[in-house]
Amino acid sequence: MYSHSSESLIKQAREIQESELQKFQSRLGKLLHGKELGHEAVDSLQRLHLILSATKYTRTLPPELHKRVKALLSSPAEQFQVLGSAVLRETLPPSGQEVNYNQENLLQLNSHAAALLLSQAGSRADLSSLCAQLLRSLESRQPEGPANSLTHTLPILNAVLTHSPECLTEDHVTLLSKRLVDWLRYASITQGGGAPSGGFFTGPRSRQPVPTAELDGTVSGDFFTVLCVGQGFTEDQWMNVYSFSMLRHWLLTYHSVSNGNNTADTAPANRLQLSLSLSLSHSFSNDDRSEVDGSVVSMVSATSSSSRLLPPKERLREKAFQYCQRLIEQSDRKAHKKTDTDLQKACLVEAVCILDCVCGEDASLVYRTFPCIKALFGRLSSDLSFARVLLPIAQFYLNHGEMAAVDCECVWKLVFGRFPAELFNNQFLAHELLRFLRLNLESLQLRVPQYSHSFPNLLKFLAWDSPAVVDDFVDLLPSLVTAGTAVELLHTLLDLPCLSATLVLQVRSTCLPISEPGGRGLLSLDAFRSQSLRGLFLFLLRGEAGSGDTINRLSTLHELLAETADWPRVVQCAQTVPVLLHIFFNTVVAIADEKLLAHLVQVMLERSSLLLNIPKYNKEIYRVFSCHLLRLCKLHPSLVVDQSNELLEFAGATAKVYSKEEIYTHVVWVLGEYLSVSCDSRCSVRLITSCFETLEAVLFEITSSAPPPGADCPVPRVVTSLMSALAKLASRSHDLIPRVSLFLSKLRTVTRGGSVAWCSDEEDLVAIVTRGEELWSLLKAPGVAQSVLTPPPLVTTPQWHRDANVAMPLRLRALTNLTHSQ
Amino acid sequence: MVRCFLIHTVCPVSALGSGESRVLYSRVFGPDESVWSDQDRGLSPEERRLLQKEKITAVARQVRSAVSLYREASGRLLVETVPGEEALALQEADGGVVRLRAGDPFSEEMSALWLGVQSLGFTLVCEPHENLLLAEGTLRNLTRHCLETLHMLGQGSEVLLRSNRVDALLSRLLPHGQLLFLNHRFAQSLEKEVTAYLAK
Repeated sequence: MYSHSSESLIKQAREIQESELQKFQSRLGKLLHGKELGHEAVDSLQRLHLILSATKYTRTLPPELHKRVKALLSSPAEQFQVLGSAVLRETLPPSGQEVNYNQENLLQLNSHAAALLLSQAGSRADLSSLCAQLLRSLESRQPEGPANSLTHTLPILNAVLTHSPECLTEDHVTLLSKRLVDWLRYASITQGGGAPSGGFFTGPRSRQPVPTAELDGTVSGDFFTVLCVGQGFTEDQWMNVYSFSMLRHWLLTYHSVSNGNNTADTAPANRLQLSLSLSLSHSFSNDDRSEVDGSVVSMVSATSSSSRLLPPKERLREKAFQYCQRLIEQSDRKAHKKTDTDLQKACLVEAVCILDCVCGEDASLVYRTFPCIKALFGRLSSDLSFARVLLPIAQFYLNHGEMAAVDCECVWKLVFGRFPAELFNNQFLAHELLRFLRLNLESLQLRVPQYSHSFPNLLKFLAWDSPAVVDDFVDLLPSLVTAGTAVELLHTLLDLPCLSATLVLQVRSTCLPISEPGGRGLLSLDAFRSQSLRGLFLFLLRGEAGSGDTINRLSTLHELLAETADWPRVVQCAQTVPVLLHIFFNTVVAIADEKLLAHLVQVMLERSSLLLNIPKYNKEIYRVFSCHLLRLCKLHPSLVVDQSNELLEFAGATAKVYSKEEIYTHVVWVLGEYLSVSCDSRCSVRLITSCFETLEAVLFEITSSAPPPGADCPVPRVVTSLMSALAKLASRSHDLIPRVSLFLSKLRTVTRGGSVAWCSDEEDLVAIVTRGEELWSLLKAPGVAQSVLTPPPLVTTPQWHRDANVAMPLRLRALTNLTHSQ
Repeated sequence: MVRCFLIHTVCPVSALGSGESRVLYSRVFGPDESVWSDQDRGLSPEERRLLQKEKITAVARQVRSAVSLYREASGRLLVETVPGEEALALQEADGGVVRLRAGDPFSEEMSALWLGVQSLGFTLVCEPHENLLLAEGTLRNLTRHCLETLHMLGQGSEVLLRSNRVDALLSRLLPHGQLLFLNHRFAQSLEKEVTAYLAK
């Protein structure tokens, strides 16, 4: 598809020499001068466009040529309008030829010329002029004018609204509201006959006007909408389509009210209105519907109040409301073509969103709308192919459910239950559902009690397609961290790659036959399907938190999934876990009490040897654990004494020196630093001694012999950390000092003999020995040793000007600078 | 409103670094957003154009990365199709959506819908409140037309030399970035107009 020829074309266009370009431009200028413009002109213009657009640096055209190209914008042949507009959009007008939005005769603008004006607008004033001109042309149009000249007006106005809604004045808004009402509600309901391809039967005899039809072929019984079809269309029917296409944006721009206003202020005034509306909607919807054939009479027109007396804005709201209700009715019909079925779904989404918007503006509409939305929900909730339509419905329930006192339980069961569990691999649904969560976080946390327990399900989106949704989870994860579920969440995050593998197995197991001859992934797939091991996988696939933090046979599960460690999906998922863990810990620190933090430390120590063995994954996790272990202990030093048993158990396992040196180093460090009476009064001499002995044993072991077969030499930092920790502990319990000193002097002797089996690098050995000597000499003065090795907080967190001793020199220095600067 | 429509490479291009994407066609709709942003107010028109081009390249790069990660994860083999098999190519196409955070590169958050047809990607950058179901359908339709009218399954470079056809297509199906609710009759009528334009 993308070939070498395309690449070389672009290169040529970029590197064209100035002289060649000038020749080309003058040739083109001559071509455009002629009366009849043919293929050569088209090709040359196209090449000019390529030359201009191939580079991000702007090239300007010679003024003559620019003028000629500009003249093309009003050429009768559309191809030249298109090319003229495209070329001019890629360049800038030479000075003196800039567009003056006020003076130009914009009334006869075609769509392509308008596009150019829109793209080069430099200020609000420009856009305001453009809008004013467009609206003027809307008003003063001749009825026999070409149909297309009106249709681009609405898209242009919509484009302006995005950036600068103030470009339309109050009058403009009123005017356009009125026109929108006309087009939406009162477009003709007979088919347009404009197409000349009428076949045998066009003749001077005018045909009987044929009404438009619905998508299932029955005759339309109510006003025209985008879901009506005909052989040809009249202009106002086209405008109906364009109007509806921009309606939601229009309402959001000019009609939206923040949700807070509705409940408090308008409640008393609306109560009477609400009861009236309620009785109205009930009487019509219950009785008439059953009697009347749905294709002939639509309920919508029958229920409309006489809205002629309303001001334009409110009238538009009412008509929008009716239009949406009609669309919802029409979407129930069985369309003949697939594209129309897809359109019906899109219309449902749009209709519900618009209804949500107008109900937000006028709370009385909620009671008229809810029966319809509820019925729609009932109709669609069992069909997962309508999942994306059900999301705007969920938004509607969230915004207005409380006011209408409707039970939303079934909605949340879908959104937090079935959708993530069964549609985790639908990337569009994932995007929209996660967006829904992000935008409504506060509301959901308030109104949906099961939100914080739904993370096992929600994380399925992440486990399946991490790159696409990790961004959303970075935003959502903090809201899922609660004190009650934090431990389970930590386990779930650590096992996310396992969940990823399980989901792949789940999808494969439904697609592949039971017995696959020599296929990939056989072991894990068999395990997934076997009765005895199923429970392990089912735990990962659970929908809600609360049934247990994790399973006992986690190591079995990891073994079964060992072969999945190189599956791309699993690897991609594993890459996102460290980031999420950081977010988890940052959030949990703020809400956790000491008991929970202690539990988390335990989990970190346990899980460091219980992870799915993916290359690099384990190392990354250890790094995260180390960072946060340190942080937690710094914040709550008493944690170390509290969890001393677990920490010592970890530190006493010599094997960890070789396989988990990062986290091992940190554990040793926190033990040395915080196992003291000043951090926690429960710390006893016995505890210090037992810790000392544990670390001493490990240090002896790793420095007395070569590393076990298959392992590298211990990282020097581990050795020095152990030595420092021992020294710190000894400085607090002076009986231990002789033991450390003995070891350190022995170390010096041994290493003087040359190389050692446990350290391959000479420089490292020197560093270790130097450190040993420093500690040895420090310990000769026990009183000093303690404050040097574990300085009091006064020294490590200086208070600068708040500290009486430190403040004086600072003050003097500041005064000196002030007085001596001149 | 749709902010822009791009056609760009999603395969490695030898002249570019890995992960970079060559933009073959780009159309930005509506006024330039840098005119309204506070930080970009002092820019000259050339600088504005440069900024816009760089934003487009940034989008293409992000989509390229999303497409290659998606394809890697799904492990499906790319099916080579030849001219004439446009419908098959579209059916086999990968699709997805990338969230573009506010500031990266547009000033507001955007959703970039993409369709990956072999070595090329077709991307529609939509504003967040936009109807993504409709956008998805529109993107598929646009892609189908582009594949057919520009013979993109072949080795030619028509997408570069016949960009006016894409412009004309967009002016009907996505006028000034407006997504349209078109039932099959309206769509047919517009497509007839496009065919008439192409015949000239």
